[in-house]
Amino acid sequence: MAATTEAVDQVRSIGEQYKYGFVTDIDVDLAPKGLNEDIVRLISKKKEEPEWMLEWRLKAYRHWLTMEEPTWQKPQYPDIDYQDSYYYAAPTTTEKPKSLDEVDPKLLETYEKLGIPLREQEVLAGVEGAPAVAVDAVFDSVSVATTYKAKLEEQGIIFCSISEAVRDHPELVQKYLGSVVPYSDNFFATLNCAVFTDGSFVYIPKGVRCPMELSTYFRINAENTGQFERTLIIADEGSYVSYLEGCTAPQRDEHQLHAAVVELVALDDAEIKYSTVQNWYPGDEDGKGGIYNFVTKRAACRGHNSKVSWTQVETGSAITWKYPSCILQGDNSVGEFYSVAITNNAQLADTGTKMIHIGKNTRSRIISKGISAGKADQTYRGLVRVQRGAKGARNYTQCDSLLIGDKCGAHTIPYIESQNPSAQVEHEATTSRIGEDQLFYCRQRGMDEEEAVALIVNGFCKEVLQTLPMEFVVEAQKLLGISLEGSVG
Amino acid sequence: MALLEIRNLHATVDGKQILNGLDLKIDTGEVHAIMGPNGSGKSTLSYVLTGRDGYELTDGDILFDGVSLLEMEPDERAREGVFLAFQYPVEIPGVTNMTFLRTAVNAVREHRGEMPFDPMDFVKYAREKATDLNVSDDMLRRPVNTGFSGGEKKRMEILQMAALEPRVAILDETDSGLDIDALKVVADGVNAMRSDERGMLVITHYQRLLDYIVPDHVHVLANGRIVKSGDKALALELEKKGYAEFLEQAA
Ligand SMILES: Nc1ncnc2c1ncn2[C@@H]1O[C@H](COP(=O)(O)OP(=O)(O)OP(=O)(O)O)[C@@H](O)[C@H]1O
Ligand SMILES: [Mg+2]
Repeated sequence: MAATTEAVDQVRSIGEQYKYGFVTDIDVDLAPKGLNEDIVRLISKKKEEPEWMLEWRLKAYRHWLTMEEPTWQKPQYPDIDYQDSYYYAAPTTTEKPKSLDEVDPKLLETYEKLGIPLREQEVLAGVEGAPAVAVDAVFDSVSVATTYKAKLEEQGIIFCSISEAVRDHPELVQKYLGSVVPYSDNFFATLNCAVFTDGSFVYIPKGVRCPMELSTYFRINAENTGQFERTLIIADEGSYVSYLEGCTAPQRDEHQLHAAVVELVALDDAEIKYSTVQNWYPGDEDGKGGIYNFVTKRAACRGHNSKVSWTQVETGSAITWKYPSCILQGDNSVGEFYSVAITNNAQLADTGTKMIHIGKNTRSRIISKGISAGKADQTYRGLVRVQRGAKGARNYTQCDSLLIGDKCGAHTIPYIESQNPSAQVEHEATTSRIGEDQLFYCRQRGMDEEEAVALIVNGFCKEVLQTLPMEFVVEAQKLLGISLEGSVG
Repeated sequence: MALLEIRNLHATVDGKQILNGLDLKIDTGEVHAIMGPNGSGKSTLSYVLTGRDGYELTDGDILFDGVSLLEMEPDERAREGVFLAFQYPVEIPGVTNMTFLRTAVNAVREHRGEMPFDPMDFVKYAREKATDLNVSDDMLRRPVNTGFSGGEKKRMEILQMAALEPRVAILDETDSGLDIDALKVVADGVNAMRSDERGMLVITHYQRLLDYIVPDHVHVLANGRIVKSGDKALALELEKKGYAEFLEQAA
């Protein structure tokens, strides 16, 4: 709420430079460039994985070789040379730090540069009485510091890196990994299965309400390192968890591929809220140097009355391709998707959601706010499928696009497939422009152009921003201002 | 030195000449009223003064405290203390009046070298100003002009003026669309803002408003220039006779 003026300060202070465009100088242990079975084996070995995990990776890798890169999506991007990327980079500290004193001070410095709120730095630093936010910091693919683990463990909550989970909780990982996004799902997800190096794992036991927001800061650091995060969250019967994902990346010249997979499983009466604020480097005005973000995020509302909400604020990346989805299997289960996507300059985004209604009386709600500026192009692609057995299923979809300037584009492509006559599916779409009259009105009240745009855009996105956890609201509002810098005038 | 001095103002809109050599001087402490037929250029004048895009000044100058406004962006002029209450206030969906007001007030305060309000302090400040104008908390929490009635919008314009404390205020038909009670509330709000440090330019079609906001000077605008000036008696005269006489003169 207070953020618009701050956003403008921030816009001013960063000038032309991308705020997080710096590279931390930490020794990186790199596997050789390129991708083959040996690299897959190397990754698995470095991670000290059991045999079944390696087998799964290899199965995925072999399948990937038979797959074609998708071409149906709107953004066209230059060919990616998969043999010209690194698939493994880990900070060279081989021993896991026992306390944060042992963490590379450069890493802590990085958090500082990232502007991780002081409170959360305190959490990271393990300061007594620090607020309840658990941060699992993913730094260049390997979780270096996982905090609050002990406190969570008291309640039987598991929050750790996926590699640790593979070692320490193999029964859970084996049961659920790939159960929502199978190894053969799509080109990028399959690649992820073969080479994922880290990510988070969360398990909330029966009846437990996770007492704090779980939060992961992603940051891509090493030059040319593809990011293959893998996140798996399981909410057992009657449990609740809210998970926050935030990302920044330093500036660089070559496009970087990011192909993460996120799987959520909600059992009977469980609820998962997954929020993302994503501001990866979008590239320069012509899109050079930005991140390619091809992510597969999917939730299975497996139990009765289960609920999953995806909230995302997407401002970064050169190219975004993602469709957080919900498979509503359990009767009376609920899927929600709240999204703000901003594209500026040469950014391209093809995003949306899929709601698959399988169980009876399943409900889904989609609120998508797209903002396009510069010569950016953005497509909302939403699929609502109601299967035969989904008696009484209901969906409400609202897609609003806001255009800034006249060189950008926004497209809304709803796919609705209903096989059950009792289902109700509603779709509303609007497209509007920031009017000269709105801008003049704000400026006549003393706001400069950037501030006026930030204010108007924040208003446009309000419905979605309201669904974010408090910690993220201000950060998200700032981001909106920053990412629209220079979009008018 | 006059607070606001408009010299030989010529302006075009979309290539169409609207203002043809308009002169006007407003001193601090003064309230000037401008009356004139529809389409005579009253709103155009307000936009030229505030620097709106598309309103091109082709000749003349506007001096504010002796300094030309011509090189200043609309927001700079606003921060310097030039305020316009819009004839048609604009909707900004999703942005509450409270946020809008605070952002505006803080932009101006910062420009003056004052500390910006933090949100809690601002709520107090805004409520104080709002009570005088019969603006409820509920209205403050609603999005700017969205779903507001015509009269409510005008009241919110005056609230913005009260919160921003400008040096010169231009009120463009703030009385149109107001019921009798609201007219009094608004007029009281405006009168409370009259001060030795401030000048006002009140654009209206109706003498009635001038019963409440008694002007020091009344001007008739026709065909893009001031064709007659006088005291408040001129407004009464216009009410009786209409503009015909002046239009002939101007032609
Ligand atoms: N964008 C535009 N293009 C062409 N003509 C314009 C434009 N904007 C205003 N005008 C013309 O300029 C003239 C003056 O308009 P203006 O709005 O200033 O009148 P006004 O005195 O405020 O009238 P009213 O009493 O109806 O509010 C009118 O003839 C109007 O049609
Ligand atoms: Mg007018």
